Amino acid sequence: MSTSTLESVPSLPQTGNSQDTRILKYSEALNEALREEMRRDPTVFLMGEGIAERGGIWKVTENLMQEFGAKRVRDTPIAEASFTGAGVGAAITGMRPVVEIMFVDFAMLAMDPIVNQAAKYHLMTGGLGRVPLVVRTQGGSGTTIAAQHSQSLEALFYHIPGLKVAMPSTPYDAKGLLKSAIRDDAPVIFIEHKLLYTTTGEVPSAEYLIPLGEADIKRPGRDVTLIAWSNMVPRSLAAAEKLAGEGIEVEVVDPRTLVPLDKQRILESVCKTQHVVIVQEAVRRGGVASDIASIIQEEAFDYLDAPIEIVAGKNTPIPFNMKLESACVPREEDIVRALKRAVYAG
Amino acid sequence: MHTKEFLAGTYKTLLTIRLFETRAIQLYRQGLVRGYFHPYLGEEAIGTGVCAALKPRDYIVSTHRGHGHCIARGAEIGKMFAELFGRATGYCAGRGGSMHIADVTAGNLGANGIVGGGISLGVGAALGTSIRGEDQVTAVFLSDGASNNGVFCESMNLAAIWNLPLILVIENNQYAVSTPIEQSTREPELYKRGPAYGVTSSTVDGNHVLEVYERACEAVSQCRAGKGPVLMEAKTYRHAGHHVNDPGLYMPKESLEYYKSKDPVVLGRKLLIEEGGAAQEEAKAIETAVEQEVEAAVEFAKRSPEPSVEEFLESIEACQ
Repeated sequence: MSTSTLESVPSLPQTGNSQDTRILKYSEALNEALREEMRRDPTVFLMGEGIAERGGIWKVTENLMQEFGAKRVRDTPIAEASFTGAGVGAAITGMRPVVEIMFVDFAMLAMDPIVNQAAKYHLMTGGLGRVPLVVRTQGGSGTTIAAQHSQSLEALFYHIPGLKVAMPSTPYDAKGLLKSAIRDDAPVIFIEHKLLYTTTGEVPSAEYLIPLGEADIKRPGRDVTLIAWSNMVPRSLAAAEKLAGEGIEVEVVDPRTLVPLDKQRILESVCKTQHVVIVQEAVRRGGVASDIASIIQEEAFDYLDAPIEIVAGKNTPIPFNMKLESACVPREEDIVRALKRAVYAG
Repeated sequence: MHTKEFLAGTYKTLLTIRLFETRAIQLYRQGLVRGYFHPYLGEEAIGTGVCAALKPRDYIVSTHRGHGHCIARGAEIGKMFAELFGRATGYCAGRGGSMHIADVTAGNLGANGIVGGGISLGVGAALGTSIRGEDQVTAVFLSDGASNNGVFCESMNLAAIWNLPLILVIENNQYAVSTPIEQSTREPELYKRGPAYGVTSSTVDGNHVLEVYERACEAVSQCRAGKGPVLMEAKTYRHAGHHVNDPGLYMPKESLEYYKSKDPVVLGRKLLIEEGGAAQEEAKAIETAVEQEVEAAVEFAKRSPEPSVEEFLESIEACQ
């Protein structure tokens, strides 16, 4: 393996009071995570389409080339298979690449390096090889860009042993999880959501990490557990708020990473509320929600007072027309109805 | 001119690959080696010549037909046999097998079960080198079959625009599994694709270890000088079918005879004696030594334990 001449520099000193927070956009929080990790570790570098001078179409890499130079922030040709594979090759030889795939739909062009190479390398080399690669991408519908730019494909990566899958729903989670993903020795598929980039939230001024595999209770409640990730979290919180007015207290659990999945925190909540709704934007068939439901019925069957409700996308490619598009993914009212069914069935 | 020592070294490598493969095929027939197995018989000069031009700090990326690359890179053949047997002492602890054999600590980033799957990994290894400002070179072995996969063109383009220290070595054995090259591409001179990407390209007799070595040395110099990637096509021919159970009946007898008359191992011996001035006895001494090494390696593998199922299950427990 490579004997890098570059040595990691110590972490930046934490500045300011640890209580200090700012309001940042999701995209700004991601940008900050990349900047901090690139300052901390010279083996971290970025590549993707239009991410250097222009800062990427979601502005996540804005001004990073200006700070770190064109060697560490690289524009690629539109060639997902090879630049993702190059990320794998750099990772196994001592670098920590962060590859941006502009849309998760385009990751389908890079399934060989992700699925056959990155995910399996550690096992195939008898544990000697490591692939500290992050593939940053984004998915989801809601901007009328039709079937090939709107998918929610986390189940494909969730299905592949050897990959970790992160799907942050807030600026705070986005920053803390991305920093952990970069430091992780396994390949992490980091799926952002196109509707979340401009959302804002509190982010501490001081450095922090969020471990991969730790769910977060986004809203505590006693009557029903609602499990959701990515853009379904704000939508679920809105539904929960609505039901609070009707005396139903919803506990919203955001796993934040689907692999590893924080089964313990999910099961603790289920045992407390005894009612479960799982919300995913992805199509229902073969989805992560079904797998989480299977885990719950296996491990907490005796605690359930009602069938588990799944609210999911329709089994269809996403159509272009705005009304048709929104009819394909869970809406706030769909979530409200499912919550009521779950609570009143018990 | 090359020294006798150098020619003795290349002959030893060529012969080790030949005897390793021959012995492994016997062991496959006996059921000790399992799984897919793609012999490097007939192509020994390419891996040997290219790896002789590299330094230990350099990287190689191998293919499904990868035993020869592994040996040429200096692997211990005992650990290789052990991996082919699926034993705990193998290079990949019995988890990789023939198609995934790797020696990451020695810069052999691994064989690959996906034809063309390693090419972009090589680009990444060279990219890391370039970012770190080091002078390592990465040699990617690939087959003529892989050259028709889109990722080959993408990877050559990336290496070219980024001026990477990457040598793409096409081992053109003229068959993609069983499909002859004329049916796979309209222009069977594969090195001609390089100039279209601005990449220095040439073709070489892949059965002649010194021709391969010299061309590889030029490629290494160009890469170390920071002058970007090189495409090197080495023409060769398999001595048998695609894998150990493929009799290769589709390979014309005349072609097979022609290439067997240019056997790279026989030629390596000839070069040792005629160019290196070695005596017959010196060549024989190498042969005896290699035969003994191969037998000792087989014994090591046979004595090696199977991996523990319990330990394996424990190692993956956290992922369940």
